[in-house]
Amino acid sequence: MTLFIEQCLNGLQFGLLLFLLAAGLTLVFGIMDLVNLAHGSLYMIGAYFAATFAAWTGSFVLGAILALLATLLVGMVVEVVVMRRIYGRDHLDHVLATFGLILFFDEAVRLIWGPAGLSLSLPPWLSAPVQILPGVNYSAYRLAVIVVTLAVAGFLYVLVMRTRIGMLIRAGASNREMVGALGVNIKLLYTLVFGLGAALAGLAGLMQAPILTVQIGMGENIVILAFVITVIGGIGSIRGALVAALLVGFIDTLGRAFFPDILRMLLSKEAAATLAPALSSMLIYLLMAVVLVVKPEGLFSAGNK
Amino acid sequence: MRPALNFRTIVTVVLIAALVLLPLYTGLSGNRFLLTLFTRIVIMALAAVSLNLMLGYGGMMSFGHAAYLGIGGYAVGILAHEGVLNGFVQWPVALAASALFALVIGALSLRTRGVYFIMITLAFAQMTYYTFAGLARYGGDDGLTIYKRSQFVAPIDLSNKTQFYYICLALLFGAIYLVWRLTNSRFGMAIQGARSNDIRMRAIGFPTYRYRLVCFVIAGTLCGLAGALLANQNDFVSPSIMYWTRSGDLIIMVVLGGMATPFGPVIGAVALLVLEEALSGITEYWQIILGPLLLLVVLFARGGIDGLLARADSKVRS
Amino acid sequence: MSGPAILQVENLAKRFGGIVATDDLSLEIAAGELHAVIGPNGAGKTTLIAQLSGQLTPDSGRIHFSGADITTLPMYRRSRLGLARSFQITSLFLDLSVLDNVALAVQAHAGHSFRFWRDARREPALRDPARAVLVRAGLSERADQPASALSHGEHRQLELAMALASAPRMLLLDEPMAGLGPEESSAMVTMLRALKGKVTILLVEHDMEAVFALADRITVLVYGRVIASGTPDDIRANAAVREAYLGESEGAHV
Repeated sequence: MTLFIEQCLNGLQFGLLLFLLAAGLTLVFGIMDLVNLAHGSLYMIGAYFAATFAAWTGSFVLGAILALLATLLVGMVVEVVVMRRIYGRDHLDHVLATFGLILFFDEAVRLIWGPAGLSLSLPPWLSAPVQILPGVNYSAYRLAVIVVTLAVAGFLYVLVMRTRIGMLIRAGASNREMVGALGVNIKLLYTLVFGLGAALAGLAGLMQAPILTVQIGMGENIVILAFVITVIGGIGSIRGALVAALLVGFIDTLGRAFFPDILRMLLSKEAAATLAPALSSMLIYLLMAVVLVVKPEGLFSAGNK
Repeated sequence: MRPALNFRTIVTVVLIAALVLLPLYTGLSGNRFLLTLFTRIVIMALAAVSLNLMLGYGGMMSFGHAAYLGIGGYAVGILAHEGVLNGFVQWPVALAASALFALVIGALSLRTRGVYFIMITLAFAQMTYYTFAGLARYGGDDGLTIYKRSQFVAPIDLSNKTQFYYICLALLFGAIYLVWRLTNSRFGMAIQGARSNDIRMRAIGFPTYRYRLVCFVIAGTLCGLAGALLANQNDFVSPSIMYWTRSGDLIIMVVLGGMATPFGPVIGAVALLVLEEALSGITEYWQIILGPLLLLVVLFARGGIDGLLARADSKVRS
Repeated sequence: MSGPAILQVENLAKRFGGIVATDDLSLEIAAGELHAVIGPNGAGKTTLIAQLSGQLTPDSGRIHFSGADITTLPMYRRSRLGLARSFQITSLFLDLSVLDNVALAVQAHAGHSFRFWRDARREPALRDPARAVLVRAGLSERADQPASALSHGEHRQLELAMALASAPRMLLLDEPMAGLGPEESSAMVTMLRALKGKVTILLVEHDMEAVFALADRITVLVYGRVIASGTPDDIRANAAVREAYLGESEGAHV
């Protein structure tokens, strides 16, 4: 039971983290109609910045804040230098250009930080487990991640639903021409949205840094999960991204934790041991396939595309 | 009709001649590395030709094509591991497995369009990657060594490097001819119409989904053949041959060489892999050059090498 | 009017969110007639065509075409039954040649296309009928050029040629005159007049002069509803139409 609660919390934490990635991705898709494969690179860069700045300043929190700002800046620079030139081109150009960016960022990171990974250690007040229920301890850091991501989700909700920028973002996601007709500075809006997406990815990366090692290519695996989430949730829908991210977070975490046991009940021990790792990593893709069959446009597809 | 003599034709002819004569050169000079490199190039060109059928002619922007390299390769690897060495069994199994996989993935992902399609093909390919990485019996992450190449009847011997090269080259040319016939047939007109304007195609009476799906399956099967060849060439197969960056490489080859042209993918494969080889000779960090180079091609040289050749031709004519 | 009904629409309804695009619409079109549908902007004409051709599925109501219920049939099946459409916004295969465009329309109705080997561009069974249609549409000179090279007027002609190439029993024409100059318009009217009687036509059009010159019967839509249906003379005399529609457009069309 303790294990189950712990895994549920892990699933929640992972799902919320994925939400940060998917939210940026889905915003950029929805508003700029841009396929950004390099979203994972920004996640990786956030993690590297955090590890570096935390080491320089000696403070985890200060390092994290600096890393967040730095990733935002990198995102805006990438938007101005590259992305802005390829809006409106076909998706193939987006794929090629952002694939080129991935190669560049991966290699740049290797050049600057070396091929070996970095690690980011937690301050003592975050590394001790806390008691959440009588007899149940849980990592204070993971709890902190849950709190921060929930706060960010709330911030995004307020930003998108309650502010003028949010109104433009929503309008842009369903009808691009209309936003232009409103006389808005589209260029600036796009730079800000892309920067916001980058910062969210960077935040996800830096929060994941103390849990996993910081290494090259760390963004590429997780960004594919973010793609899956975007497909399940529906492109351009933040709400869809949240629901799908939580679904994927839970299914992936609980699947990996408990699916092998379930399989062992059904199959012979040997067969279960062979198949379990392969099958449990397939679960979320099966979820995606089911959603595709039932609702090809995703659970919460936005607008009229 | 194009004029008979233009840059594109010249490059194509020179390239074909070079590919055919290469073993003579490597035999005389004793440069065996070059033969190995070009065997790999020819195999990747075959994979790119198959992607071109789908992406160039069919307009289906799959980002998961390397999955079929893996499936074809693992079919050979797993059968060899289980003691089935006969190529007349291994290769048909590799093709059938790729076709079946393409049928399932295609049937699901062709329900969608645009960005969704890109991401879904990518996600399914990644699922395949993790699935094979999880198969501990067949080496998992570390891959599977193939101790004996596919056995055919004498005098066919895949361990003979020159012979293997020519088998790969013959299959490449066969695939190009096949794709050329396909794309000019009624079927080819149907998939090109669907690329151009899918709604209109349905309005004039084409069930486009079926044609796209068949195109998807043919492309996947051909790529499975490339996978079977690659496994034999490397004497090894691992999940890394279907990692998503491999799919990206295939797309680059097709675009660089010229989409929807019969020989474009070959030009693209030679260009990309030779460039990689050359750059990695200059610096260990060669991708820091390749990445921005790719960006520059997208921003300023649309259509890649084929586009440049076509522009050069129109300049000469005017 | 004259013959038996080839197309029957019963109580068709379609909503987009809060907007009612088609509102309990019923319509009968007799075989062989040229039936025009007019109405102010936003009357739901294009939505109606989209439902008839199968691009949109109605929320309720039924559509019968030559006796068969086609309400839920996919687009390509309706086309196979002989219901062809042209598009308001030109919708061609711009990267293919003019002849290829029409040949594809012929091919669509020449059996399945799972034929993988023979060169389709050298099949007389596809190319000859396509060339014949291009002659009728006045485009034979342009056959080998890419469709993207044609003028707007020629695009409209090609649209019609493609609809004709399938030898349809009924044509759904969505504003074939849209964006045409006076000369191009009169060429299109001549073409439509030549077709009249040979094939049933449902014509959605803003050009009133053309509509009243061509139509056997006219149906007037306002806010997705039929407010009147009858001969051109009936419609001219109809008070409700004058008020709701013609009155409003008098200034615009004089």
